[in-house]
Amino acid sequence: MHPNIRRIAAFFTAHVDGLLFGAILLLTGTGLIVLYSAANGTFARVSSQLGNVMVAFTVMWAFANIPPHYLMRLAVPVYLIGLMLLVGVALFGEVVNGARRWLHVGVTRIQPSELMRIAVPLMLAWYFDRYESALRLRNFVFAALLLIVPVGLIVRQPDLGTAVLIFASGGYVLFLAGLSWRVIVGMIVAGGASLPLLWSVLHDYQRQRILTLIDPTQDPLGTGYHTIQSTIAVGSGGLFGKGWLNGTQTHLDFIPERTTDFIFAVFSEEFGLVGNSILLFLFLLVIARGMVITANAPTLFSRLLAGAITLTFFTYAFVNMGMVSGILPVVGVPLPLISYGGTSLVTICLGFGILMSIQTHRKLVQT
Amino acid sequence: MGEFSINPGTEIRNAQAEIQQFRLRLAIGGVFTLVMFALLFVRFFYLQIVQHDHYHTLAEANRISIVPIVPNRGIIVDRNGAVLAHNYSAYTLEVTPSKVQDLEATIDDLATVVEIAARDRRRFKKLLEESKRFESLPIRTRLSDEEIARFAANRYRFPGVDVKARLFRQYPQAELFSHVVGHIGRINQRELDHLENEEQLSNYRGTDYIGKTGLEQSYEKYLHGTTGVEEVEVDSGGRAVRALSRTLPVSGANLVLKLDAKLQEVIYRSFGDRRGALVAIEPETGGVLAFVSKPGFDPNMFVDGIDPQNWNELNTSPDRPMVNRALAGTYPPGSTFKPYMALAALTYGKRRPEQAISDPGYFNFGGHMFRDDKVGGHGMVDMYKSIVVSCDTYYYMLANDLGIDAISRFMSQFGFGSRSGVDIAGESSGILPSQEWKMRRFKQKWYAGETISVGIGQGYNSYTPLQLATAMATIANDGVMFRPHLVNYVEDIHTRERTYIEPKPLREIPLNPEHLAFVKNALVGVNKEGTGARAFAGAPYASGGKTGTAQVVGIKQGEKYVESKVAERFRDHALFIAYAPADKPKIALAVIVENAGFGARSAAPIARQVFDYYLLGKEPPRPAPDDDDAPQH
Repeated sequence: MHPNIRRIAAFFTAHVDGLLFGAILLLTGTGLIVLYSAANGTFARVSSQLGNVMVAFTVMWAFANIPPHYLMRLAVPVYLIGLMLLVGVALFGEVVNGARRWLHVGVTRIQPSELMRIAVPLMLAWYFDRYESALRLRNFVFAALLLIVPVGLIVRQPDLGTAVLIFASGGYVLFLAGLSWRVIVGMIVAGGASLPLLWSVLHDYQRQRILTLIDPTQDPLGTGYHTIQSTIAVGSGGLFGKGWLNGTQTHLDFIPERTTDFIFAVFSEEFGLVGNSILLFLFLLVIARGMVITANAPTLFSRLLAGAITLTFFTYAFVNMGMVSGILPVVGVPLPLISYGGTSLVTICLGFGILMSIQTHRKLVQT
Repeated sequence: MGEFSINPGTEIRNAQAEIQQFRLRLAIGGVFTLVMFALLFVRFFYLQIVQHDHYHTLAEANRISIVPIVPNRGIIVDRNGAVLAHNYSAYTLEVTPSKVQDLEATIDDLATVVEIAARDRRRFKKLLEESKRFESLPIRTRLSDEEIARFAANRYRFPGVDVKARLFRQYPQAELFSHVVGHIGRINQRELDHLENEEQLSNYRGTDYIGKTGLEQSYEKYLHGTTGVEEVEVDSGGRAVRALSRTLPVSGANLVLKLDAKLQEVIYRSFGDRRGALVAIEPETGGVLAFVSKPGFDPNMFVDGIDPQNWNELNTSPDRPMVNRALAGTYPPGSTFKPYMALAALTYGKRRPEQAISDPGYFNFGGHMFRDDKVGGHGMVDMYKSIVVSCDTYYYMLANDLGIDAISRFMSQFGFGSRSGVDIAGESSGILPSQEWKMRRFKQKWYAGETISVGIGQGYNSYTPLQLATAMATIANDGVMFRPHLVNYVEDIHTRERTYIEPKPLREIPLNPEHLAFVKNALVGVNKEGTGARAFAGAPYASGGKTGTAQVVGIKQGEKYVESKVAERFRDHALFIAYAPADKPKIALAVIVENAGFGARSAAPIARQVFDYYLLGKEPPRPAPDDDDAPQH
């Protein structure tokens, strides 16, 4: 091979983690195949998603080439900008479908909560790294504050799905940073104990809403409809599924939002338990590779960030599949790398870019 | 485990411990992910393997909808193939009330897209009251192509409103056959219950209409056919995507009638604007050739559900167009009863033909004066003359001699006072009085004086035009009686197989042929030289007939009935019974013209026109003119 070509190839591949990228490719490829079926055998959505994949991979490659210590410098400004935008949303945001999530900035509008998906773990990792030598309980208290303020703002929008995931990503950082078990257990106990108190102050309609989340059959035509129909799709898939493009629940329009949040119902109906197992395996592959990268990461910052990204990715996948199969309440969480939609794909791949960067810049840092 | 302690002196060891600590936490995270994914796998296994059958069934139930395919209703044609009831396809605009939030507002909106008249609204409101919320109900029928296009463009604004192609019933002859063919209408709760009892309910899935009256009702099981079934794959909006399997419906059978539509029309025309009924029967089969009750109504109004205004008009009209006079209207037979009385006298040996009475113009019974219509009487009257000139006195005496029970026994053989069993429902049995009948009806004994007026077809006597025609046909057919029937045969349109409706005789009345011949000869005499002679003057065929007049209000003893002094609706009914040709009868009939006075004047000319058309093909130029100086009843 010509040395120039080799050099160009090296430029593109030097900071790409082959194993991680391979698993990501398999998942996005699966996503496109399912999307074709979910879109009733039409190409429009698939080609549009292909464009999203290109953008996301470019972002991933770019972030893979940014050394982690540059990211550290970005942590505080990005977090503060994100927080300001969230406050802006709360004050001047645009209401779409009953939720105040969007903010008009000049010609376009943005959804600042997306930015916080990365900004929050980045900020917390930076914070713990800065106080690495002398971590005390008050550091954890302050870190928790850094987490709860944006999460609280997002809950108020309301965007429960995003709030849960950001809370989880921040929580993983706190956990990995060594939050005392006593505190963890104490919080769980306190949380459990406060539930009856919380229940007693809720209005009847709020209680009803929670009961419907737990038992969808109470409201089969309202919020329960999604869960009932997606559960039927999964269950009717059986061992081998009904076959690609043959899902009746899918193609007869019984599955709502089947290209986005409920795309797993399509996959599950058409590919059955065998397909589900393969998909779970691919997700585990990505998570395992993320764990290995995390374990080998040289600094506390990169360790915490990599761990949070990996476990957040797991949480996305688990919450989505749990919701589609009816064991978790319906919150708006897409299936990572599979669901149609650019924003979530870019955010996820940005995270993988950071993982690759941490992995490939390791030798340079380790002295 | 726990909060890790910080010792400033040992940074390397601390870093090592820190990494150990981190890796432990990471491992816990790893185990957590594995456990959670295992939980998902268990859930998938439960749904897809353990509960698979259950969810498979649910998915199939989602997807497959059983859609009935409604069979085409059989058509009804006359003996020459003229269509009396058929189907045509048209588009209707239908609303499913349960899918519409504000019905009034939706209909107001719809009215801006397609024309919805006040009449349509009233009819829809009536349908709404009679049906269930989830049924699809027509608000407009027979949409034009333009209206369909306009609605299609605005369809998104109207959830729960659809355009549907439906087969409609149409009665091209409208009023002419309203009382024979009848009409269909939307199935009501009582009919649903009936269908359920007959275990026919599943066959009526998808069918909205059922025969309500006339032949449409009585031949419902032939006309309806067998409903087909289509398994259709539907999407979540309930729209059909494709057919999975299909069992074709079996169309209803066609009815071919004995009735002659053209004859019916001739009769209708010859009635002019008078009310009445006429039944014409083919004596040798009992097939009904014409069945008229006038006025009728347009049965097409009932097909889409009649609107309340028209309904009220039909029900409150003094002409009572909804009453089937030929079938359910009962009238005193008047003098048309006399030939049967004569036959009874001969049969029971109470009179010999040549035996004559002297008629003073009245008959005195226990101080009661029974008037003859002719003042001063008919002089010497034998049996032939009694029929030809319609002498009352002769029959007053005869009735007295026979007694009510003998009369009743004899007359019952001709079907008087019992339902003929014709193939449409709603028939009246009429009244053939007897001692036993009066005891049953009034809990009173029979008075001998009451027998006298029965002799001339008055008193309690009361029969339907159908009974009068059937009796006439029986005489014409020499005592061999057939059950009258409107339908000749039912034809399966798939196999072309024909099922004929019983042409076999009902009974043969034991009559002495000589007696019969005598009475028939007297009936011919009526049309040749008696009360019917004027109407049948110049007829190229011989015919037998008998005029009659039926009182509407009782006339006091000794008082004379003066037509001009009586309000139109209380005037006498004119009757005529006849058959032709006299030697080999092809047609027998009974006609009644309400409030038209003497039978000879109004009823007989109609019979003449019927015979002229049926036997000679001669059509009457215009309605029969009134003829004032005809011989009296």
